[in-house]
Amino acid sequence: MAQATRKKPVAKIAGAAVSTRIAAQSHFRTLRLGTPLQPRIDALAKTQDWYNWAGYRAPHSLWDEELEYFAIRSQAALFDISPMTKYRIEGPDAEALLNRVTLRDVTKLKSGRVHYTAWCDDEGFVLDDGTLFRLSPSHFRLCSQERHLPWLLDSAVGFDVIVEEETEAVAGLALQGPTSFAVLRDAGFAGVEKLKIFDLADFPHDGGTVTVSRTGFTGDLGYELFVPADKALSLWDRLMTSGEPRGIRAIGYTALNRARLEAGLIVANADFTTAEHAIRADRLRMPDEIGLGFMIDLEKGHFNGRRAILEARAKRKLRYVLVGLEIEGNIPAEHAIVYHRKAQEVGLVSAAMWSPMAKRNIAIASLARPYGDTMVEDLWVEIYAMRELQYQKLMKRAKVVARPFIKLDRRTANPPADF
Amino acid sequence: MTSFDAIVIGGGHNGLVAAATLAKAGRKVLVLEAGSEVGGAARTEEFAPGFRASSIAHLLNRLHPDVVKTLELEKHGLQFGRADFMPSVALSKDGPPLVLHGAYGEVLTGASSSEQSAWKELRAQLLRYAGILKPFLSRRPPDLTGMSLLETASLGQTALALKKLGKEDMRDFLRVLLMNVADLLDEQLADIRLKGLLAFDATLGSHLGPRSPTSLLGLYYRLAGETGGAAGAQVLPQGGMGAVVAAIRASVEKVGVTIRTSTPVAKIIVEKGRAVGVALDNGEVLRASTIVSAINPATTFLDLVGPREIDTGFVRKVKNIRMKGDAAKLNLALDRPPQFSGVDAAGHRSRLVIAPSPDHVERAFNPCKYGEFSPEPVMEITLPSLADPSLAPVGACVLSAVVQYAPYQLKEGWDAGKPKFLKAVMAQLESHAPGIGKSVVHAELLTPADIETRYRMPGGHWHHGELQADQMLVSRPVSGWSGYDTPVEGLFLAGAGSHPGGGVSGAPGLNAARRIIAMKG
Amino acid sequence: MTGQNGDHHAKFRAFGNGSRKNEERVVRKDWAKMKAWDAIVIGGGHNGLVNACYLQRAGLDVLVVEKNDWVGGAATSRELTPGFLYSNCSYVCSLFRPEIMRDLELPRFGLQVISYEGGAVFTRDGDYLANYRDHDAHRREFARFSKRDAEAYDRYARDVTRQCRFIQPLLMRTAPDPTSLRPRDLGELLYLGKKFAGLSAQEMALTLRFWTMSISEFLDEYFETDVIKANFALSGIIGTALGPMSPGTAYVLLHHYMGEVDGSVGAWGYARGGMGAVTKALAASFKASGGTIRIGAEVDHVLVQRGKAKGVVLAGGEEIYGKLVVSNADVKRTFLKLVEEKELPDIFLRRVKNFKIRGSSGKVNIALDSLPEFPALPKDSPVYRGDMHFTDSMERMERAYDDWKAGRWSADPFLDMVIPTTLDPTMAPPGKHFMSCFVQYAPPKVNGREWTDADRDGFAESVIAQIAEYSPGFRDRIVHMEVRTPREIEAEVGLTEGNIFQGELTFDQLLFNRPVPGYAQYRSPLSGLYMCGSSTHPGGGVMGAPGRNAAAEILRDLAKSTSHMSPAHDVI
Repeated sequence: MAQATRKKPVAKIAGAAVSTRIAAQSHFRTLRLGTPLQPRIDALAKTQDWYNWAGYRAPHSLWDEELEYFAIRSQAALFDISPMTKYRIEGPDAEALLNRVTLRDVTKLKSGRVHYTAWCDDEGFVLDDGTLFRLSPSHFRLCSQERHLPWLLDSAVGFDVIVEEETEAVAGLALQGPTSFAVLRDAGFAGVEKLKIFDLADFPHDGGTVTVSRTGFTGDLGYELFVPADKALSLWDRLMTSGEPRGIRAIGYTALNRARLEAGLIVANADFTTAEHAIRADRLRMPDEIGLGFMIDLEKGHFNGRRAILEARAKRKLRYVLVGLEIEGNIPAEHAIVYHRKAQEVGLVSAAMWSPMAKRNIAIASLARPYGDTMVEDLWVEIYAMRELQYQKLMKRAKVVARPFIKLDRRTANPPADF
Repeated sequence: MTSFDAIVIGGGHNGLVAAATLAKAGRKVLVLEAGSEVGGAARTEEFAPGFRASSIAHLLNRLHPDVVKTLELEKHGLQFGRADFMPSVALSKDGPPLVLHGAYGEVLTGASSSEQSAWKELRAQLLRYAGILKPFLSRRPPDLTGMSLLETASLGQTALALKKLGKEDMRDFLRVLLMNVADLLDEQLADIRLKGLLAFDATLGSHLGPRSPTSLLGLYYRLAGETGGAAGAQVLPQGGMGAVVAAIRASVEKVGVTIRTSTPVAKIIVEKGRAVGVALDNGEVLRASTIVSAINPATTFLDLVGPREIDTGFVRKVKNIRMKGDAAKLNLALDRPPQFSGVDAAGHRSRLVIAPSPDHVERAFNPCKYGEFSPEPVMEITLPSLADPSLAPVGACVLSAVVQYAPYQLKEGWDAGKPKFLKAVMAQLESHAPGIGKSVVHAELLTPADIETRYRMPGGHWHHGELQADQMLVSRPVSGWSGYDTPVEGLFLAGAGSHPGGGVSGAPGLNAARRIIAMKG
Repeated sequence: MTGQNGDHHAKFRAFGNGSRKNEERVVRKDWAKMKAWDAIVIGGGHNGLVNACYLQRAGLDVLVVEKNDWVGGAATSRELTPGFLYSNCSYVCSLFRPEIMRDLELPRFGLQVISYEGGAVFTRDGDYLANYRDHDAHRREFARFSKRDAEAYDRYARDVTRQCRFIQPLLMRTAPDPTSLRPRDLGELLYLGKKFAGLSAQEMALTLRFWTMSISEFLDEYFETDVIKANFALSGIIGTALGPMSPGTAYVLLHHYMGEVDGSVGAWGYARGGMGAVTKALAASFKASGGTIRIGAEVDHVLVQRGKAKGVVLAGGEEIYGKLVVSNADVKRTFLKLVEEKELPDIFLRRVKNFKIRGSSGKVNIALDSLPEFPALPKDSPVYRGDMHFTDSMERMERAYDDWKAGRWSADPFLDMVIPTTLDPTMAPPGKHFMSCFVQYAPPKVNGREWTDADRDGFAESVIAQIAEYSPGFRDRIVHMEVRTPREIEAEVGLTEGNIFQGELTFDQLLFNRPVPGYAQYRSPLSGLYMCGSSTHPGGGVMGAPGRNAAAEILRDLAKSTSHMSPAHDVI
């Protein structure tokens, strides 16, 4: 043997960090995790109709997707939003950091308020949209569909701030529907009536604190509640108990998705492709191209993508527009191609449904400008409706309409109505 | 208070060249230099009583002819003829040295006749290929996304130049472009002394070994430089590199540029995405519509502009610029001239290179990948006081050497490591110049960490960023922003961190100024 | 010796014992009657067989001559100990082009590829980092080490996927000659340019950098954790005489990523029955379409007359005539050993000599009487069914390369270890296992001299010792072991220096530079002599693309239809 073998002994003694890491190995046995609320949801899941939400086992529906939708609109619906990605952003520079990262002016977001926002990369392409909760002057929570830790950390260079992912640590519940206020009040959340739309406040719960905000994804009166994971079950029980007389029901995503479409809200990676996931360069979208232009605040100082957005606006480089469509007939036009004069392809429907509240056939579509922007006449959608193994091809007229498709006064009424 | 059109941050040679070029185009220009004198890393400094040496750069081999012309440097005393060209000597422990005479070895001595002809052929080939790349030095890198007619035309010229090579030569050019230098040398040469010297030159100042793919580019970069009209020629200016800077300074002052030394800039003031001025360390604010940063790009954006005014992706790119130097500078004050074995008097006035073979250089490179210094370092040595006695006391001698590899981030830390490294360097010197150790009056070893502190060069990297294929041309300093302008309107880069890179060339400064003038900035 | 067209029996007859003199007599006498094959393919490796299949299917009468008593080259399954099939060279399958599998009906001839289940890097602190196929499990696994890196993976995957999409369509095309003004080359250059111009500014920048960066530096831009970087970096070095810190290795990673298993790009799998199943299916497909294979027929040299290849001369002296000759051997073996120097232009010879084929890897194939246990790895972990590694830091990986540069095998080698029998029970008796360890680095010569048997044992020991550190009792499970240093690989497979890619994948040897400038289109200076091995574009791995592309060029020269060749699958 011409050489000796260099010994690289396997270290037997591991530090505390290593043993924690080793203890976490077993996750491979459960590919779809349960959320902190899983025991309650499992108990109610009559349909056993699951989907994968960011690695969690989440219900499409629990007992009947149609009726679950009506629970949102008529009573109160409870929906587990724990899998939503959450970041804690805290420190003296938290406001400055978020002002630089996101489109809207965070200095205008008062403590105890929430706003819907979005953030872009250098090229002005949308990385994601989400809700930003200002829990205190220096403490924020950012909730989003996708994950952004490297982006947030790299953005935080030069800022005195802590960015921490807290998805697993914090459970979330959406309580939505006309009786949601009454449910909360009856559950003992004293003072919850003071919350106006996009307000948030802390309430005691089970020896801890729950943060309640008057927000939601349904266009209805509703609240979202965030609580440490270990208090999630008791919060669920508290709401279910007090809500029982008012018809509270747990629901799955299909129902929620209908409500959000009626409200005209968009979903990342359903209605647009987020920049960090877009493999094809032409799938990238600027805020102005997905209806989020209203967020852009050019007066607030520098923010990511500002330069590119300004340039795109000035040089008319915006290529797409996201619109609401009203389509004749009642057949949902999901993923239908949009035509101009029944001939030229100009876009695609990303979400569509017959709206029970509006009694209209509605859709969200992404069109290539100028269609949907300055040219809104003579638009058509080609619907391929599969009926008993045959496509029924329908060419239906589509009209560009304003979003939201429904506007419910109870969503914003103050004080909230006691249904 | 006087107002200025343009403020240049950094009075290194690139800053000065940019300032002069702008001033000649009618701009009122102010240069702000943090140190007590201009010149950056190209100065002549006293390192021991009575002993002076060039700070970092100690040889002139690539001052761009356009810079010489624009600044009329010949009028200011910078003129070199063939007689000034400095030979290179490849030292050998066990045999006679090998000498490259004239402009990078127009004549080779000390090698077999077959090696001489092989070298003649290789040299011609290298110069031919470097010649293809040369025009890029004085141009903005092409903008890939929307090329202007002018850019397309100049690329067309390159294509034409390639065609002129002839089919087979063009094929070889395309093959070897991104090759490692060791392989090319093995293909064409036999003498390990010659190969060692070339391997050293190709990797000097970069984090590459001769076997690292793309290392040949380093040699092309050197040979794309010229002095006195001769490609590859090197000279040792009388008075050290400080003399070069003095000439540049004289030219700068003649065109009316104001220079303020000992004036560190604390901040570049940005308002609504536009650079509008600078704030000094002392709180003073100076405003101008054009700000030119001739200092390191990372310092410029992360410290002076600050990440808040730029996009996260850009910050990422800037942070990803690799700029951890591996080259140390050694200044020795000797009580008498050293005697290198087998080297004659003329040889001692040459550039002496200790790089016995490409393998040796490669072995020297290995440890620096892991944060360790070379136990048997490679180096280039000059004895400037032999030609310019003013640099040392009578009878004494100055030795100035650039030594590799000394990684910026030494695992054990330079406090502990420096004495050890100095010992390794001295041992290497001793083996080629027996007795040199005893003649040392004072030794100054500047590690990359020292260079960083003293010359405000992050990572102690001369090029302000590794000069490797992925950090060249359209990717220098970062992709998308290689044309001297920056995401901050009104702010331009003009230092070695920008295309074409480092060395005392003045090309980045000149190109940047031309860009500003073209943009009417 | 008057084999007729279609007389396959005659073709299989062992010719061969006649003296060279006799043969010459025959040539002189019966020149007109001598059987001249339409094409002779030297070497029955996967590319040779792919090439032969396509030519045969185009109506040519093709003979494959293979020196070994089996076909397959470096894609073989051999029963080296009773009951165990060894994939004793290549061991996993991903790069093989699905277009070829389909064109040549390989499934009909028994080819089945099974995706495998990820893998792991064992860490020295008693843990491991696994790669799981499930996206969320993958993220959670990374999060055990770094939450940031866990969330950085998507961007990394996006950027690499973008690069793969750019490169993939180039695999099945002949590289253009940038010095040529022929419309075809200009067209291809334009295609390249258009593809490039079709990229966004960001992608262009990434592409330019990707081709020249080291995998280490590339990964630094995404990840912070050493073991996570090491986990990805291995794809940047496999088969290459470069370390992860060498510029150009980012591209090598891409070369390993652009494969697919049934449309799942980047996925790797096992060929059921070992890698020999690939070439077995190819051989069967070839024979079914009327092709002829002669095994045990080593080519001594290519028969050249007046600058034209006329056939081959076997080691025994037998001459076989062909209208054209295609060499599956690497470019050095082909032109420095099989063709006389005087037949070739100086500049071509110089370039061939300068082509870098560097032995950098070895192989240890092991028959085990039971599945080895790794205390760090839970018994129910899917990792047993994936590829396993022990190099948990970039420094260890790079140091392994430093040993190679110094002419030694790595004292602390990098291993790519798989146990295919966990998914393919056909390769070993029930309950027993075949383990394949690909090892880097192993130099072509040890300290400048030839490998000795003692060296080989020392090399094997470095591998076994490493495994045994993580798997106590491993040595006791070994039933049989085959150790292959570059010496053995060269001797058996005929790969120069035992290099698995038939030439380094550095930029100076890619695209129009592969194998040598001016001859990157499968032709050679000798008319009638073609190349189809991995020395040619797009390079190594069990991909088949060189063999296919060479067939397309040959058929073009013969003005024959290529309608039986699927164009590259769409990348949409």
